[in-house]
Amino acid sequence: MANNAAIPEQVHIPWITASIISWAGLKRRLLRSLITMTGVILAIAFLTYMLTVQSVTGSLVKLNDNELNILLQDAGVDILAGTSTDRLTLLLLGLSLLTCMVGIVNSMLMSVTERVKEIGTLKCLGARDLFIVQTYLIESSLQGICGTLLGLFLGSIVAIATLLKGYGHYVFVSFPVLSVAQSLAISFVCGSLISVLAAIAPAYIAAKKQPVEALRVEE
Amino acid sequence: MADETKQGEIVIRAIDVKRYYYGKGGNVTKALDDITVDVYRGEYLSIMGPSGSGKSTLFNMIGGIDSPTEGMVFIDEIDVAQLDSYELAWMRCQKIGYIFQTYNILPVLTALENITLPMTFAGLAPDDARDKGAEILRRVGLGDRIFHRPYELSGGQQQRVAVARAIANDPVIILADEPTANLDVKTGEEIIDLLRQLKDERGITVISATHDMKMLDVSDRILWIRDGKLHRLEERRNLNINVGGIGAEK
Repeated sequence: MANNAAIPEQVHIPWITASIISWAGLKRRLLRSLITMTGVILAIAFLTYMLTVQSVTGSLVKLNDNELNILLQDAGVDILAGTSTDRLTLLLLGLSLLTCMVGIVNSMLMSVTERVKEIGTLKCLGARDLFIVQTYLIESSLQGICGTLLGLFLGSIVAIATLLKGYGHYVFVSFPVLSVAQSLAISFVCGSLISVLAAIAPAYIAAKKQPVEALRVEE
Repeated sequence: MADETKQGEIVIRAIDVKRYYYGKGGNVTKALDDITVDVYRGEYLSIMGPSGSGKSTLFNMIGGIDSPTEGMVFIDEIDVAQLDSYELAWMRCQKIGYIFQTYNILPVLTALENITLPMTFAGLAPDDARDKGAEILRRVGLGDRIFHRPYELSGGQQQRVAVARAIANDPVIILADEPTANLDVKTGEEIIDLLRQLKDERGITVISATHDMKMLDVSDRILWIRDGKLHRLEERRNLNINVGGIGAEK
């Protein structure tokens, strides 16, 4: 009886519409989005700072300048190993990234609760689960990427400032452009990845909401 | 006058529909109990009943937004129970237009974008959707409000946008859940009138769940539901006799 053969593929995936809805969602909860974004900014700034400092000190160690070596040793860099990253720092890094991810998950889940009626309405209008997932992934990515970029900026500024304060002009003598660029790239990928990963569960929950939610009368 | 539709083509068929809710400690609430009803193409059917009567549940069943515990619902010959979520989305998009008590216009989109949204879901090209959307908005009397956002519109205008959105994909059925409950009497009447006109113009079946007695005037048939059971199903031509009865029942 079911005339399922007549059901065509929904070819045109309305990305633009999804983006408008996501963007509006972010704007509506601007303060909360900013707080979540601050989490991303700090975590990514921390990561960028650590990686940049590590790259630069690494290249400074290679210079093997006597005066510089004293400065490096004062700063607690193990000249033989050529690194200042210990386990505790790695743990802190991991924790900061995790906390930031939990923050995003929390914020996205709130967004699902707030927009449950809107999700129901969209489903009544014929939105597929994928469309709902899209709106959440876009929302989280926008928030995550903005936060990541700001974090990169903040982290590298602080790192360079600290390095300049510690080692003065030596920083420019052998500034490892490639390695620093690599650090920035790693931080960017980490930040974006975290914001997308964090949105998966909330997006799935949102997509599974029933259209009947649209009929709910509250206020 | 619309009674001829009575013998017409069946667009929704609900057969022995039951809907139970299972509470804690084995409590079973029978929201719907053995409801069988046929809805004809192009008719205006009102579902009436006090709150808690199962009116909304029945409404959701016929609208394909909830599935029965037992029994079958066919919408335009499609067995709703056999559809997966993808196919259900397709059916809601193509066959059914929804109108809500609280309008449910997406606040972030303009009137036009709200109407083109279901067309986009249906795969219509953006340009075609825009032209068709503008034309529909003119039809519902909002030709000068195309680019307004919901907060710039009155309740009645928002509900008009909702009506326009409901007919965007030329559906077979319009489901209206208490469409006039949040509107004043005059605006409510205008919306009811608009629904009736669209029904006559386009042969759309209108099903509405309501408390509003004004709705009875335009309905072809009225389905009374009470305690989850089909209490009465009457045609409007018999209604005059019952008007006193309605008041007495309340």
